[in-house]
Amino acid sequence: MPASFGFNAGDLIRFLPETILTAMGTLMMVLDPILHRRGSHAFGHMSIVALIAAMGGAVYAYTQAGPAFGGMLMVDGFATFFRLLVLVVGILTVLPSYRFLARQDAETSEYHALLIFSIAGQCLMAAANDLIMVFIGLEISSIASYVLAGYFRDDKRSNEAALKYFLLGSFATAFFLYGVALIYGATGSVNLTVARAVISGPSAPAPVFIGVAAALMFVGLGFKVSAAPFQMWAPDVYQGAPTPVAAFLSAGPKAAAFAVMLRIFITAFEPIGGGWEPLVWCSALASMTIGNFAALLQTNIKRMLAYSSIAHAGYVMVALTARSQVGTAAAMFYLAAYALMNIGAFAVVSHLSGRGERYQNIEDFSGLGQKQPLTAAMLSIFLLSLIGVPLTGGFFGKFYIFKAALESHLVWLTVLGLLNSAVAAYYYLRILVMMYMHEPGEAVEKAERLSPGLRAALILPALGTLVLGIFPGLVLEFAGKSAGLVK
Amino acid sequence: MNLPTLILALPLAGFLIALLVPRSSPQGSRVWALAITLATFAASLALPMVFDRSVPGEQLTLDVPWMATPNIHYHVAADGVGLWLVLLSTFLTPICVLISWRSIQNRVKEFYAFLLLLECGLVGVFLAQDLFLFYVFWEVSLVPMYFLIGIWGHERRIYAAVKFFLFTMTGSVLMLAAIIYLYTRAQTFSYPAIVDMIWSGRLTFAPGEQMLLFLAFFVAFAIKVPIFPLHTWLPDAHVEAPTAGSVMLASVMLKMGTYGILHFCLPLFPSAARTCAPWIVVLAIIGIIYGALVAMVQPNMKKLVAYSSVSHLGFVVLGIFTFTQVGLDGAVYQMLNHGISTGALFVFVGLLYERRHSLDISDYGGVATAAPWLSTAFLVTTLASIGLPMLNNFVGEFLVLQGAAIANFKWAIYAAIGVILSACYMLWMYQRVFYGKVKEEVRRHLPDLNLREWAVVIPLIAMMVWMGIYSQSFLPPVSKTTALVLEQTQVNVPFQVRVEHPGAEVADAR
Repeated sequence: MPASFGFNAGDLIRFLPETILTAMGTLMMVLDPILHRRGSHAFGHMSIVALIAAMGGAVYAYTQAGPAFGGMLMVDGFATFFRLLVLVVGILTVLPSYRFLARQDAETSEYHALLIFSIAGQCLMAAANDLIMVFIGLEISSIASYVLAGYFRDDKRSNEAALKYFLLGSFATAFFLYGVALIYGATGSVNLTVARAVISGPSAPAPVFIGVAAALMFVGLGFKVSAAPFQMWAPDVYQGAPTPVAAFLSAGPKAAAFAVMLRIFITAFEPIGGGWEPLVWCSALASMTIGNFAALLQTNIKRMLAYSSIAHAGYVMVALTARSQVGTAAAMFYLAAYALMNIGAFAVVSHLSGRGERYQNIEDFSGLGQKQPLTAAMLSIFLLSLIGVPLTGGFFGKFYIFKAALESHLVWLTVLGLLNSAVAAYYYLRILVMMYMHEPGEAVEKAERLSPGLRAALILPALGTLVLGIFPGLVLEFAGKSAGLVK
Repeated sequence: MNLPTLILALPLAGFLIALLVPRSSPQGSRVWALAITLATFAASLALPMVFDRSVPGEQLTLDVPWMATPNIHYHVAADGVGLWLVLLSTFLTPICVLISWRSIQNRVKEFYAFLLLLECGLVGVFLAQDLFLFYVFWEVSLVPMYFLIGIWGHERRIYAAVKFFLFTMTGSVLMLAAIIYLYTRAQTFSYPAIVDMIWSGRLTFAPGEQMLLFLAFFVAFAIKVPIFPLHTWLPDAHVEAPTAGSVMLASVMLKMGTYGILHFCLPLFPSAARTCAPWIVVLAIIGIIYGALVAMVQPNMKKLVAYSSVSHLGFVVLGIFTFTQVGLDGAVYQMLNHGISTGALFVFVGLLYERRHSLDISDYGGVATAAPWLSTAFLVTTLASIGLPMLNNFVGEFLVLQGAAIANFKWAIYAAIGVILSACYMLWMYQRVFYGKVKEEVRRHLPDLNLREWAVVIPLIAMMVWMGIYSQSFLPPVSKTTALVLEQTQVNVPFQVRVEHPGAEVADAR
C-alpha cells in the first residue's frame, strides 16, 4: 500500500473532469443571487459549458492515462468511456430541462448545480479503483439525485419519489459499505488491484468471506442499476420524479453503477467468478422477465419506461454473466446505446407532459404522428432501438451481449433473453400504435412546438442511435480495447 | 456497378427521397413511387439476362466488409432461386403503387415511403449471402409492413398489425440466437463459407445441437410461410391490410419463409432436415387440406384468399421436404406462381372493394353483367389458382405432386385432395360473386376496369399464361440451384454415423 499521498500534476490532470464539474457547480450556487431571475437560461447554459469542458477534461485526462492518487483512481479507457457517457447523459438531460423547467416555473440554480454534482460523483465512480473512492462517488451521485427526485417540493408524488429513493437507497449503500468493510477485513486493503492479488494469492481468505462481501456489494450496486430483486423503487421514483430527472436516473447513475459493478466483479472478484455467476445469472433473468412482463401492464408511460429500464439492466447483467472481455465490451456498448435511446424517449415524454406533468399516459401520445411528425419519427427511432430492430444501436447492443453470452456457453440465458426481447416488442409497439394509428388527442393538440433545446435533445440521440446501429465499429473498437481493465 | 446492389439501392434511395417530397403534394409522392419502382423493375430485368444459367451457385457477387469485429460483410449475390424472387418483388411493387393510386388518400407520402422501404427489405432478403445481413433485411422488412397494415388497414388493423409483428418477431429472435451460435462456431457470417465448411466436414454439429439449430431457423421461417399451426396471424393480417399490403404480404413476404427453408435450413442442417421431414410433411398436408376446408366456408373474400394461401404454401413446403429434384423445382415454381396468381386475386378483391366497399361475398352477385372485363380477368386468375393446365399453377402443382409421389405415394394422394378442394372453393366463390341475380347496388357501383386498372391486370395475366405455357424460360436456373441444394443435403446423412462427441456442446452449456 503506497503511503505517499503527495500528488503531482499528472494526478490533477487525471482528476480534471471532476474538478471542472465541482468548480462549476459551486460557482453556480454562488452566482445564484446575481443571475437568478424568472425565465433565465443562464444556469442551463453554464451547465452545458461545464459538461462540455468536463468532456474535454476527460479526453485530456485520457492522454495521461494511468493511476492517480496512489492508485485510488485508475484513468484508463474504461474510465474514460464511462466518464464521457455520463457527461453526454448530462448534456442530454439539461437540453430538455430548459423548456420543461420554464413550463413549471421552476428554473433555479439548485437544479443545475445538483445535476452537475451528481455527474461529478458518477465520473468519480467511473474512474475509482478503490472501494472507498467508489463509495464516495456513489454517495455524491446518490445524495444529489435524491434531492433531484424530490425537486418539485409541492408535488406529493415527487416527495414520495424522493423519500422512497432516499430510504431504500441508503439501505443499499449501507449494504455496499458492509461489503467494503468485509473486504478490508479479509484482504487488508480496499484497493481493487491489491484485493484481487490477495484473493487469488496463496494466503487467500476463506471463500465464504469474499463470497458474502461480493453478495453484499452486489445488493448495493444491484439497487443502483435497478436489477431484480432490488428493482421495486424504480417505477415509483421514475413516475414521481420530474421527467428530465427520471431520464437522468435511468441513464446516468445506472451507467456509473454498472461501471463500478463491472470493475469490481471483473477485477477483484474475478478469481471467485464461478461462485457469483449463478447469482448474476438469476438476477439477469429475473430482471429481464419482471421488467418486461410488468411493463406490459402499465398505462403510465414513465412507469412503463421504468420497467423497461429494469429489463434493460437485465440485458447488461447477461453481459456481466458472460465473464469475458467480450462481455464487458458488449456491456459498455449496450449502456451507451441504451443511454441514448432511453434518454431520447424520456425527452419526448417531457415535451408532451404539459404543465404540472398532466399528460403521462400512453393514450396521450395518440396522433402525435400527424401533429408533430418529426417528434414522432424521432421517438419511433428510439422505440425501434429499444425493441432491438436492426440498424439501430439497441439491436447491436443486444447482438453483442448475446454473442458474448453464447461464447461463454450461456445458451439458456441467451434464448430466454431473446424471447424476452420479443415480449418487450409488444409494449413498445403500443406507443407506436398510439402515435400513428389513432387520431390526435388532447395532449397532442395542446403540445407546444419543439423548442430548440428539445429539438437538439431529440435529434442528437436519434443520430447517435442510428450511427451506433450502422457503424457500431467506432464505439465497439474502443470498448473492446478498454474492456481489458487493469487487474 | 454491381447489379444486385443497384436493385437494392434504387428503392432505398427512393425511400429517402420520398421522405423529402412535401406532404402537400400527394400526387408527387405517387408519381415518384411509380417512377422509382419502375426503374427498379427495369434494373432487375437485366438480372436474368446477365445471369449465367449454366452455373449453379451464387453469381454477381459483391462482398465488402461492413465491420471487423464481429466479421460482418455486405455480401450480396443472386442464385437461381433468389433471382426470380427478386424479379417477383420488383414486378409486383409498381403494381402495388398503381392499385393504391386512388384507394390511399390519407398520409400518402408515408404510404409510398413505407412501400419503397418494404421493397428494399424484401429484395435484400433474397440477395443477402451474409447471415447477419440477411437478418437485418429480414427484420427491416417487418417494420414497414407493420405500419402499412396498422395505419392504412381496415377496422381491426391494429390488432392484426401487432399480432403480425409479434409472431414474426418471436420467430426471428430464435433465429438470431441460432445465427449468433453459428457465428461462434464458424467465426464467419458468410453463408457460402459456412456451407463450404459443413460440406468439407470442417464444421460438424452434434445431432442434438444440429436439431436445435435447425428448429430455431425453421420455426422462424415456418411462422412466416405460415405452416399449420403457426398460421393464425395470416388471415388477420391479410384481411385487415390495404390491398397493396395484402399483395406484398401474400406474394413476396410469405416467400421469405419458404426461401429461407430452402436456402438456409436444408444446406446448413441437412440431417436434421431429413429427420424432421416426415413430421413437416404431415404439417404441410394438414395445412393444404385444412386451409382449403376453412377457405370453403369463409363469407369474406379476402379471408378466403388468405386461407387459400395457407393451402397453396402447404404445397411449397411439401415439395421442399420430398427431397427430390422435381419436388424442389415444383416448390420454387409454386412460390413464383402463388406470388403472381394470389397477388392477382388480392388485386381483384381490392378492385371490387374500391367499388362496392364490402368484402362480403353475400354483398355481391351478378358482377359479370355489370363489369364483364373485370369478371373475365378474375376468371382467368381463378382458373390459374386452381391449377388449370396452360396456366401457371398447374406446372408447379404437377411437379410437387410428382415429387411427392416419388417420395411417398400417399403424400401425393392427400395433397391432391387439396387441388380438388381448391377448385371447389374458388369456383364457388366465383359463382356467388359474379353470376346470379344482379343486385341493385352492384349495378350502380360497379364500373368496369379503367385504364390504370388495365395496366395492372394485363401484366399479371400475361405472366400467368407465360409461366403456364413456357416454364422453360424460368426453370433451368432454378433446377441448377435446387440440384445443388439437394446435393448439399446429402452431407453427413445419416448423422448418427458421424457422432464423435455426442452431446459435448450441450453438456457444456449452462
